[in-house]
Amino acid sequence: MKEHTDTNLLKRTFSRLKNDKLALTGGIIVLLFILAGAFATYIAPHDPTAVNIENRLLPSSWEYPLGTDQLGRDVLSRIIYGTQVTLRNAFLVLAGILIIGVPMGMIAGYTGGRIDNFIMRVADIVLTFPSGILALAVVGMMGPGMLNIMLVLVSLWWAPFARVIRGAVLKIKEKDFVMAAEAAGTSKFQIIVKHILLNAASPIIVLATLNVASIIMHIAGFSFIGLGTQPPAADWGVMLNDSREFIATDPALMLWPGLAIMIVIFGLNMLGEGLNEALSPHTQKGIQRIKPWSVQRKVSTLKEDTYE
Amino acid sequence: MGLVEAIDLYKSYDEKAKEKSYAVQGVTLTIKQGETLGLVGESGCGKSTFGKLLLQLEKQTSGKVLFKGQDISNYNFHKMRPIRRNIQMIFQNSTNLFNPYFIVKQILMEPVNNYFLHESDAEKEKRVRAILHSVGLDESYLTRYGNELSGGQRQRIGIARALILHPEFVVCDEVVSSVDYTMRNQILQLLMDLKEAFGLTYLFISHDLSAVQKVCDRVAVMYMGKVMEILPSINARIKHPYTKALLDATLDVNPRNREKQTMSLKETAESESAIANEGCPYQNRCLLAQDICKIHAPKLKNIGDDHAVACHVVDH
Repeated sequence: MKEHTDTNLLKRTFSRLKNDKLALTGGIIVLLFILAGAFATYIAPHDPTAVNIENRLLPSSWEYPLGTDQLGRDVLSRIIYGTQVTLRNAFLVLAGILIIGVPMGMIAGYTGGRIDNFIMRVADIVLTFPSGILALAVVGMMGPGMLNIMLVLVSLWWAPFARVIRGAVLKIKEKDFVMAAEAAGTSKFQIIVKHILLNAASPIIVLATLNVASIIMHIAGFSFIGLGTQPPAADWGVMLNDSREFIATDPALMLWPGLAIMIVIFGLNMLGEGLNEALSPHTQKGIQRIKPWSVQRKVSTLKEDTYE
Repeated sequence: MGLVEAIDLYKSYDEKAKEKSYAVQGVTLTIKQGETLGLVGESGCGKSTFGKLLLQLEKQTSGKVLFKGQDISNYNFHKMRPIRRNIQMIFQNSTNLFNPYFIVKQILMEPVNNYFLHESDAEKEKRVRAILHSVGLDESYLTRYGNELSGGQRQRIGIARALILHPEFVVCDEVVSSVDYTMRNQILQLLMDLKEAFGLTYLFISHDLSAVQKVCDRVAVMYMGKVMEILPSINARIKHPYTKALLDATLDVNPRNREKQTMSLKETAESESAIANEGCPYQNRCLLAQDICKIHAPKLKNIGDDHAVACHVVDH
């Protein structure tokens, strides 16, 4: 029974995503980065931390496709390992945010009353902390390191998540099918999982996808100013920081990690936008949201769209 | 003893407010085994709330609900479980009737999965198919999403969902208010056939008096959360001025009779018609209102033949 929904939902989502060229491109970009990160050990041509001063600042060649940095390390290998580090950290932060934010939002929205008030006031307080300042304070106390930065991000960013989910739950729990489920003898827990969470899933997924993008930016940013990942580990932010001194003589050193960050964030944003549309149960042909840059594209999807 | 009884039932939504406003206030009503009790009244008079209170889908502020003489008003989920399957509700047609991610099969499987735990999937599916046939739909609907159905089909699925557990008592909440007239007759006929087949007892909530006339044995009239009159049969002589006003408000099909239409209640500004704190809730709109109506709230009084009226002026 359950599989039936999931396959149906997945099938529908995929068939819609396939028709959305931008979302598809975004999805492929994200997938490529994830694969590159996952199999970094097999793909990377060199050891990312192997210093070779004799080969420093080489231009791109067959041996070093993107050249070498100031310590003679292969830039491509460092980018690939940097993908692994950055994405792993970003997804860990996201997991932390989800683990705290989703239950908080669900509990607040579903139970209401005092518990709701309490959770939302805590969220309000958390929202007033600027993550940059708190990160500086934490690093000042506990020393620099990616783990501290990640803890700061998780402890602050669950709050907007909880808010969005609470809003979705509030809207869903008033609907007749929730009361009908209660009348059918479904337990509260099952109502939350089968009816409320299932219907709140699309905003959660969309928000999570878009959130990963800003997490990556922050992780890279904190590493860049030296608070996050510490050299010599490969990390896009660290690479950007290293290349600062050579911006005049070797601008390519700064270009590659910057480009990596830009492309992966572009991919995540496109995927998030596409998922937002694809996951809506109501979107049908004809009433799709029109994106200003793709009126022509919508016309063609009208013809191709076979979803019913 | 009736199948379902409400005893002095109150429901207020703003529990913290100093001056409580009640959606249902002090309703005492008995629904007998096998009958169809109509519950009529204008929008917002607390009809649906009353139905949900009977099923314990909403918690009462005070009062009791009895099912077969058993006080179910403070039962928790586990105690309620065996009773739940015997009292069901057909919801008012709306776009929120079904989970948008569920196909019809899942919609109908939900109650079956909750109550027929030990049956095999094939047996459960047999129940789903059987109920689908009883509401006049074929198996091709099983794989459709609730949102893809037309109004009449949705209403039929709603009926199937309520009846799949073979309940004894069913609250029909505005079941025909959103379908057209030919569909309305089909749905009413279906409800009557199912009543015969399953031996059901209905509480038929509606503002549509012609539908009520068609299916109901007794009729209770509600105004501002209170029962104003209980008619022992649809042909009984109407006593209460509010019931008269309600009946007069129904439109006549014959255009020649339009001239004869009378308005038998006072048109009042919204603020004035707001419920009076003391006395009869209907006093501001009533044509027969007298001084006593402003002081004492009339109690529901039996005037013979099971006919009860809550009115100082006509209760004899």
